[in-house]
Amino acid sequence: MTDASTTVKVSSGAIRRQMLKDFWFYFSRNKGAVIGLFVFILLVLTAVFAPVLAPYNPATQFRDALLVPPVWQDGGSSRFLLGTDAVGRDLLSRLIYGAQYSLFIGIVVVGVALIGGIIIGLVAGFYGGWVDTVIMRVMDVILAFPSLLLALVLVAVLGPGLTNAMIAIAIVYQPHFARLTRAAVMSEKRREYVTAARVAGAGNLRLMFKTILPNCLAPLIVQATLSFSSAILDAAALGFLGMGAQPPAPEWGTMLAEAREFITRAPWVVTFPGLAILISVLAINLMGDGLRDAFDPKLKRS
Amino acid sequence: MFKFIISKLLYLVPTFIGITIVAFGFIRLLPGDPVLLMAGERGVSPERYAAITEQLGFDKPVWQQYLQYLGNLLQGDLGTSLVTKKPVLDEFMALFPATVELALLAIIIAAAIGIPVGVLAAIKRGSWFDQISMAGALVGFSMPIFWWGLLLIIFFSGYLGWTPVSGRISLMYYFEPVTGFMLIDSLLSGQEGAFKSALSHLILPSIVLATIPLAVIARQTRSAMLEVMGEDYVRTARAKGLSPRRVVGIHALRNAMIPVITTIGLQVGVLMAGAILTETIFSWPGIGKWMIDSISRRDYPVVQSGLLLIALIVMIVNLIVDLTYGLINPRIRHK
Repeated sequence: MTDASTTVKVSSGAIRRQMLKDFWFYFSRNKGAVIGLFVFILLVLTAVFAPVLAPYNPATQFRDALLVPPVWQDGGSSRFLLGTDAVGRDLLSRLIYGAQYSLFIGIVVVGVALIGGIIIGLVAGFYGGWVDTVIMRVMDVILAFPSLLLALVLVAVLGPGLTNAMIAIAIVYQPHFARLTRAAVMSEKRREYVTAARVAGAGNLRLMFKTILPNCLAPLIVQATLSFSSAILDAAALGFLGMGAQPPAPEWGTMLAEAREFITRAPWVVTFPGLAILISVLAINLMGDGLRDAFDPKLKRS
Repeated sequence: MFKFIISKLLYLVPTFIGITIVAFGFIRLLPGDPVLLMAGERGVSPERYAAITEQLGFDKPVWQQYLQYLGNLLQGDLGTSLVTKKPVLDEFMALFPATVELALLAIIIAAAIGIPVGVLAAIKRGSWFDQISMAGALVGFSMPIFWWGLLLIIFFSGYLGWTPVSGRISLMYYFEPVTGFMLIDSLLSGQEGAFKSALSHLILPSIVLATIPLAVIARQTRSAMLEVMGEDYVRTARAKGLSPRRVVGIHALRNAMIPVITTIGLQVGVLMAGAILTETIFSWPGIGKWMIDSISRRDYPVVQSGLLLIALIVMIVNLIVDLTYGLINPRIRHK
């Protein structure tokens, strides 16, 4: 590799394109990952174009059509393809708008946890010593609690609601990112290129963020994908327990909580929101598996 | 070995202190006056307020309050429930066996299915069995278990009418708890049909709770087996002409089990979080439902101590897993 870079001048843009091409080669060999990516893109499109796709406003109540079954069941109507809930809201429209919530939750939680975790992990790994010890002990304490329980108690402190639920979940997830970043930084910081940058006069901030961080990204990206799906699951669980998004928000977990009392009379109000959660989470996990395989050099060789 | 145990225990001290600080700080972070929150009374007269403040120690500096809290903890005083007026520890001990029974059966189901599936999938790598079981494991891993529980209720309780929807045993049966485990107590009571009733109540919740650990164990077993099968000693065992069953069963499986046992141990936290959802869906009278009910009733002393106790349990189980790991694998303990 060193020979190639000295004899042939390659622009950094070309290297980047080649890396992307390599990455796509390994990623696309995993059929599941490609399916996951496809479903995820569909989910994003659904969320973005919800106002166009949804037949009705998710909050509109059709008082003449309470608990109408899906179109293929007896008593179903083509007005409401997936049926209506107990107050006559179109289930399909609510599910479509629910995609916005799930993506929003995933993005916010992963964004906050990732940024927080990277900063904390970089500081701990870069400075080492007592700074590292104190920070990592605090992370250990957060990890000692089952994540959903700690998130629940945090929401009890902050008050129920979607924003607080997202903050709570982000706090609970953040140590995973901090640990990964720290471990990567510890192994990278003794490498020659870091010393070279330091000798060249790079300050600590530049060393941390511009020199070391880009080389620690692979495990973080995989963890971010997995956290994205866990965040959707946990936020739905909090919604289901009445501590997340509050009714009448068409958040899938909250919809399940509202539907619980009708499980025997109207199974469809329970079935579809859960199915939506499962499909989204599954798609993202499939992608995560593919990403891990594409980044893992050990598997590449085999 | 002794040194290994001591070093593991010492490592836990800061975590333990951290957990107590979180539990202690939780009450003080709540919006509102902590004195009123902890007293759980309305329309308190100024004299009564002063009395409660003094009784709960809120008039002292925070570090003294913390030391007092820690002192009480170490003496087993975890406060009193605002709703039932009973000591929190007593309530916990009464409900804990229900959760343990549920979690134990769940982890038994998960290991009993997950390990053989993982081993088979690894041996027949790339076969349809491998592909289907690993796809199934990924679905299980992605499952919103609160929805999964509702689906099982719709099908088995609603449609087929096979299993009851809530509780631990039919109200027809009553006996004093001996072990706290309904399956054992119902057998001990000698009442006809009691065991069957207890089992029919337990089966759906434990399947729901087992789902995610089952998926994790199957995936972990498969990858551990694949790794071990490529090792030199397995190739040697094969080369000296041992039967495939002996190679897999004795040489590969034993070594592959080490990371799997750790994985099973690490599922305790997952089980505790899962118990909150599972117990809520099935009205299972364990500590998960107790926590949720206490949060919604604003019974803060219970929430505070419940949080602490659950974290301690997870910590202790992880310690036991670490020690077992050191016991099986001498390389870890001499590091």
